[in-house]
Amino acid sequence: MIDTVTSRHSGSQWQLMWAKFRHHKLALASLGVLGVFYSIALLAPFLAPYDSWRASRFAFAPPNRIHMFHQGHLMRPFVYGIKMTSDARTFDRSITPDTSEVWPVRFFVRGDPYVWLWMVHSNLHLFGVDSGGQINLLGTDILGRDCLSRDIVSTQISVTVGMVGVFITFVLGCLIGGASGYYGGVVDNAVQRFMEFVTCLPTIPMWMALGAAIPAQWSNLKVYFTITVILALRSWTGLSRQVRSKLLQLREEDYVIAAKVAGASDWRIILTHLLPGFASYLIVSLTLEIPRMILGETTLSFFGLGLRPPTVSWGVLLQDAQNLAAISVYPWLMFPAILVVVCVLAFNFLGDGLRDAADPYKE
Amino acid sequence: MPATDTILDIRGLTIRFHTRQGVVTAVDGLDLSLRRGSVLGVVGESGCGKTVMSRALIRIEAPGRIEEGQIRYSGRNGAEVALHTLDPVGSVIRRIRWKEIAMVFQEPMTSFGPQHTVGSQIGEAMELHRIASGGGLQPAVVASLRSVQMPRPEETARQYPHQLSGGMCQRAMIAMALSCRPEILIADEPTTALDVSTEAQILELLRERQAALGMSILYISHNLGVVAQIASEVAVMYLGRIVERAAVNVLFSSPKHPYTRALLRSIPRVDRDSSSALEVLSGNLPPPFERPGGCSFHPRCPESMAGICDRVTPASQRLDDGSEVCCHLYGEHSHA
Amino acid sequence: MARSGAAAVPLLRYVAKRLLWAAVVLVLVSFFAFLVIQLPPGDFLDSYVETLRRSGMSVDSATLVALRHAYGLDRPMVVQYWSWFSRFLQGDMGVSLLYVKKVNVLIMERLPWTLLVTTSSMVLMYVISIPIGIYAARRQYSLGDFAASLVAFTGMATPGFLLALVLMWLGYLIFGVSIGGLQSPQFIDQPWSWAAVKDLLWHLPVPLFVVAIAGMANLIRTMRGTLLDELGKQYVTVARAKGLEEGVLIRRYPVRAALNPIISSGGWLLAELFSGETVAGIVLGLPTLGPLMYRALLAEDMYLAASCVMIMSILTVIGFLVSDIVLAFTDPRIRLS
Repeated sequence: MIDTVTSRHSGSQWQLMWAKFRHHKLALASLGVLGVFYSIALLAPFLAPYDSWRASRFAFAPPNRIHMFHQGHLMRPFVYGIKMTSDARTFDRSITPDTSEVWPVRFFVRGDPYVWLWMVHSNLHLFGVDSGGQINLLGTDILGRDCLSRDIVSTQISVTVGMVGVFITFVLGCLIGGASGYYGGVVDNAVQRFMEFVTCLPTIPMWMALGAAIPAQWSNLKVYFTITVILALRSWTGLSRQVRSKLLQLREEDYVIAAKVAGASDWRIILTHLLPGFASYLIVSLTLEIPRMILGETTLSFFGLGLRPPTVSWGVLLQDAQNLAAISVYPWLMFPAILVVVCVLAFNFLGDGLRDAADPYKE
Repeated sequence: MPATDTILDIRGLTIRFHTRQGVVTAVDGLDLSLRRGSVLGVVGESGCGKTVMSRALIRIEAPGRIEEGQIRYSGRNGAEVALHTLDPVGSVIRRIRWKEIAMVFQEPMTSFGPQHTVGSQIGEAMELHRIASGGGLQPAVVASLRSVQMPRPEETARQYPHQLSGGMCQRAMIAMALSCRPEILIADEPTTALDVSTEAQILELLRERQAALGMSILYISHNLGVVAQIASEVAVMYLGRIVERAAVNVLFSSPKHPYTRALLRSIPRVDRDSSSALEVLSGNLPPPFERPGGCSFHPRCPESMAGICDRVTPASQRLDDGSEVCCHLYGEHSHA
Repeated sequence: MARSGAAAVPLLRYVAKRLLWAAVVLVLVSFFAFLVIQLPPGDFLDSYVETLRRSGMSVDSATLVALRHAYGLDRPMVVQYWSWFSRFLQGDMGVSLLYVKKVNVLIMERLPWTLLVTTSSMVLMYVISIPIGIYAARRQYSLGDFAASLVAFTGMATPGFLLALVLMWLGYLIFGVSIGGLQSPQFIDQPWSWAAVKDLLWHLPVPLFVVAIAGMANLIRTMRGTLLDELGKQYVTVARAKGLEEGVLIRRYPVRAALNPIISSGGWLLAELFSGETVAGIVLGLPTLGPLMYRALLAEDMYLAASCVMIMSILTVIGFLVSDIVLAFTDPRIRLS
């Protein structure tokens, strides 16, 4: 009995955090959900059945349903072919399943070629159908492009923008906040006024103004990184403020004074003595910044001032959702909206769970 | 009907906390009575349950729960109120709070709301319990501050808590507590957060007020020396029970319970040889979820008797010199 | 006794300090706005020439040079900044190529609507969020708390434009009409009448909701968290021990204390409201500053875009100033330090 008591209440800081975190069911579930998202991001071209830019003549095809019974016989999972039909009276074109064509779903098929992680050339896809047929589990868009493939690839982009942006935020926030908190005085004052000025600029208008300035001829990669920098220009203030206030607290602690007396340089003190003390707070802040960045990129791209074709992100895909009449007839185009909300919710729950776990005084 | 001699009678009080990790018994079958007009000191280590017990007297023991026992209060008009049966948010207990039983808390600086002046908070109590109202409120507030020897009472009444020092805050707190002339004042470690000279002033103030107003005081502390200066009787508490109770000079001259004796031995004394080590009570308080069987003190008791102390809970024994003690050394198992 | 005078001096000093701060920040904002003007390749004249070219006219290079000199576009950046900023302060914000109008006229047309939307959103936010936050804190872990948290989280997770789209789509589905804009076509630019006001009130809820939802979500969580912190403090126990009723003591003490961080975040909330107003305005077709700025950015109409940013920032700075001063009044700890 006594052993369980002591083992429950002792351990390294990280062990304690993990033990508390495990109780937070929602946060654990969110961690799982985000694991799925990032796995999709990692394996995107493999998971997507088609290249996201492959057009076909079947525009706005509804999602294929997977069937197991054909004319009364049990078969391996398959989809029907699709055909274009014209209504004789209204001349409306519509796309309907062609039950005469049966396309079994095959796994690990060879399909459109792609380059994975800038190095591996391959054309292996998780699933697909034999050539001649097509499988659109989430339908197609206006140019007949497979929506599932586009959703998967856009997940990869949207989800990584947040990570890169947060990394930049981290670097900026630590450097500026660190210098401000450590040196104090004039440096601190100037930095604070500057931070206040940044907070006074309304976020989305500021992002839009900067996003509009990106020249049209820049390459996709350049645009991607510029967008992440623009997003980070807003969030570094929050982190910087936290770093600064912690440093001001800890600056007067004995172990810092001891290190100074021992002759350690200022940067060494900041990096090795002070920062580890509030690493857990930093992690929580950063985790909560990612969803803001994802929302920011999605919004900017939706309004055409962020990532642009041929890059796909959730925001770019949702531009198709602007047409209300189209949405009511082709609702599968809205699928990226669900991805956005779920991903952002998951990050928020995760961040909350981490914050509760890191707080030593919370039950 | 004449007022009885006992103003507060606690019998078999048991208070438990149901937490996610288990059930904690903070107060375990506690018996205590307070005589009208006297000052009773309750002494114990941190965690022995003295604060929980005091909160239960005005039913703010939540999230703890009174699971057994009784608390009977005999008020001014002689009627007896069973405090343990009252609804903690009901109007009956709210009328009793402050007007009959008031409390002074440990940290004066955080006892006042930060957004309101000290005077308005004192006035609020007086108005609530109909001591003063309207135009008479402000003079009454100033008078109450003057009665605790506050240097500039009118000015202090207009100030906010963060503008006062710890000592002044505690004076204001005492003024607020006494503003409705309660029958009982519970002082829960009122001087622990103060420096020694301020502590002496507050103790003197409490003595003076007690003499002037004649109320009964329940003085709770972990500091035996402080209790000795103000109490006429002392009760020693360990792990939720009273283990010894005696008149103050009897307790200090001939402590009965091994715990009391150890406490007294551990006080540093001016007349002792400074090279000898301080006597320290062996062991630690047991973890909250594992209370020892039998006498709760037996694992740390130097005079524990195997077979008895670890199995049978000692009952309270009344001794010749008027003290009461819960210890097998004095019961039918005693060797004397 | 000079009590009120003695209390007023530190307050005045505080207000003066904040005014000075506001002036400094506004200058920094003007740098940013000027940067916005300079960001696209080329300058105002290049855009003007391009506009002329698109409508079939052209300008020869000699005239171009002369015009450039006349507009001062060949002078160093610092001088250009100063001439732009000094004219801005006098109300001359340049000309819009897109609308072929003076910028300050365009902004004045939209400013009242912008103020209407942002201030009513702010009021709505506070009126709804504070009681919900208090309720969620008092009845922690109850169904109501859970529901409030759910609303809060959804509000934070859904991008503004998405919410606007969904609501528009629902309106389309249920009412069969497009519910965008703040006025039905027959009332636009007409003198005000009772019918026009009713029409406006009918149009307002959806835009206000979209604009306010993200801030509301944040406010609810902040109120709940802060109140939970305050409820654990000793002065609440003391108030209870004094015999005060639960509801009364909660409102008078911990809620009062928890309101301070809410008030102090007022300025920040206003900045977020402008973000919300821009997004909602573009999707729902509101006659506010945000969509105007957006269209200006798309058309590279830089004086208009920069002026919109400048005005929004000025309003935000005023918001910060007001919330700081209100906080100084309500929190005695700040006022008297």
